Amino acid sequence: MSIAIEIAYLIASILFITGIKLLSKTKDARRGNIFSAVGMLIAIIATLLTINVLSFVEIFVCILIGAAIGAFYATKVAMTKIPEMVALFNGFGGLASFTVALSDYFLKSGASLESLDAVNLTSIIVSVLIGGVTFTGSMIAYLKLDGKVSGQPITFKGQHLLNLILLIAFIATAILVFINPGDLVFIGILIGISLLLGILTVIPIGGADMPVVISLLNSYSGMAACATGFILNNNVLIVAGSLVGASGIILTQIMCKAMNRSLTNVLLGGFGQTVATGGQDGPAIVVKEIGVEETAMLFDSASSVLVVPGYGMAVAQAQHVIRELMEQCEKRNIDFRFAIHPVAGRMPGHMNVLLAEANISYDKLIEMESINDDFPNTDLVFVVGANDVVNPAARTNPQSPIYGMPILNADKARTVIVSKRSMGKGYAGIENELFGYPNCLMLFGDAKQTITKVVSELKDMS
Amino acid sequence: MTASALLILIYVLVLASYLGFELISKVPPTLHTPLMSGSNAISGITIVGALIACNEMGYTSIAKWLGMFALILATINVVGGYAVTDRMLKMFKKK
Repeated sequence: MSIAIEIAYLIASILFITGIKLLSKTKDARRGNIFSAVGMLIAIIATLLTINVLSFVEIFVCILIGAAIGAFYATKVAMTKIPEMVALFNGFGGLASFTVALSDYFLKSGASLESLDAVNLTSIIVSVLIGGVTFTGSMIAYLKLDGKVSGQPITFKGQHLLNLILLIAFIATAILVFINPGDLVFIGILIGISLLLGILTVIPIGGADMPVVISLLNSYSGMAACATGFILNNNVLIVAGSLVGASGIILTQIMCKAMNRSLTNVLLGGFGQTVATGGQDGPAIVVKEIGVEETAMLFDSASSVLVVPGYGMAVAQAQHVIRELMEQCEKRNIDFRFAIHPVAGRMPGHMNVLLAEANISYDKLIEMESINDDFPNTDLVFVVGANDVVNPAARTNPQSPIYGMPILNADKARTVIVSKRSMGKGYAGIENELFGYPNCLMLFGDAKQTITKVVSELKDMS
Repeated sequence: MTASALLILIYVLVLASYLGFELISKVPPTLHTPLMSGSNAISGITIVGALIACNEMGYTSIAKWLGMFALILATINVVGGYAVTDRMLKMFKKK
């Protein structure tokens, strides 16, 4: 490989790193993304210079097809559907690395088996394993997020034992590949096991644990690219792959911490199935209902409001009407901000994107650690489609399955209004103590419809 | 691959991972979704591997067809990932 191309790869790596660095400030973030894209373009052009011109026709056809699909999807996707898109793209990334690894295997084993050295074979096997697991795992995650398959955990007896046996079988087959690198049967078995493992590891994980799963699969897709870098002896793949791998791991840790659960606990799955008995013995919760007019009056007389959004806000598409509510409140000089729990929504930062789309300034969106001390001094907390993240049982009830999970202290505000479709339980399948508190009022109905009515009441008042 | 060539790749892996951990832990939670979609685009770096795999002549080899398939997938990630990240980041405004 010529030195000029190596230098181009170095420049591309620097641009990826600079791009990520610029993401640390919201105002520079867009520029960072462009830096990263330029890095990618440089890497692609440099690689094309090494390619035989006779292959250019099919290469451009493939790039055209991929670019058209990617651009179409990126411009059409609704912001509520970003978790699905990220899950799907994690899968594509994994599958691309998986396919490149196999391609390299066929290329080298077709020429001469001696050209497949130990490093090559190991990298190909690792790439097939991570790539395969990422692909099928991401497809299951996508189907769960999209509601095409049930978000309920699917568990059966001996599940973990089966996964362990499959992993051992994979390692055993990998050794056989080393002994006889030319045998396609062994390669076929490796492919089959890796694809099966991806499915089996994601099906026992419940829908609300998806923030953890897609973060982890995001990381895997980077690691798969890294493994491909080892196959091709290519530094830019290793740098880019490590960045993605690190990013996914950090997000996975943040999500686990925000749910007070270990990664093993999430991956073993089945959460939310067995815990329903936990809250049975307590007295039934008696809630107080509130109507639209009284809600509007409470907003009118408040001087500070904190909104706690949750996944239910995204489902009801209530973010735009909440912006109108904010405008009404700001007209009255009411301090109006948002308290964002790290696991609100179906992926890290999901609420922030939805509220940004509704044209809400990002300095109004406050993280849990920074906002939790402000709740006692807040007149009105408005919980929209969130449940477990404001359940005080996490602080007070050691028997609760969510005990110890960091929560937003909404209950400490003077008044709490909860916008909720019905008295259904949260993801953890437990009663929310908050709803029975004397300072808590329930505003039942579809969030978008009820808040629209509250806004028109407020407009009439002024 | 020689041992020293492998060692250089491992050097790069370890240092890039450390750098990644340092930089990404400074990304504010507000930007975690664009970070993930941007990561999707960066993981499309496999496009480099796919292009090299496409270099094989003729349409009879499996290696070439796999390379072309990988090229389509990686391009979807690169184009779609950067485009949707830009679309999101454009919306983050301070008033």
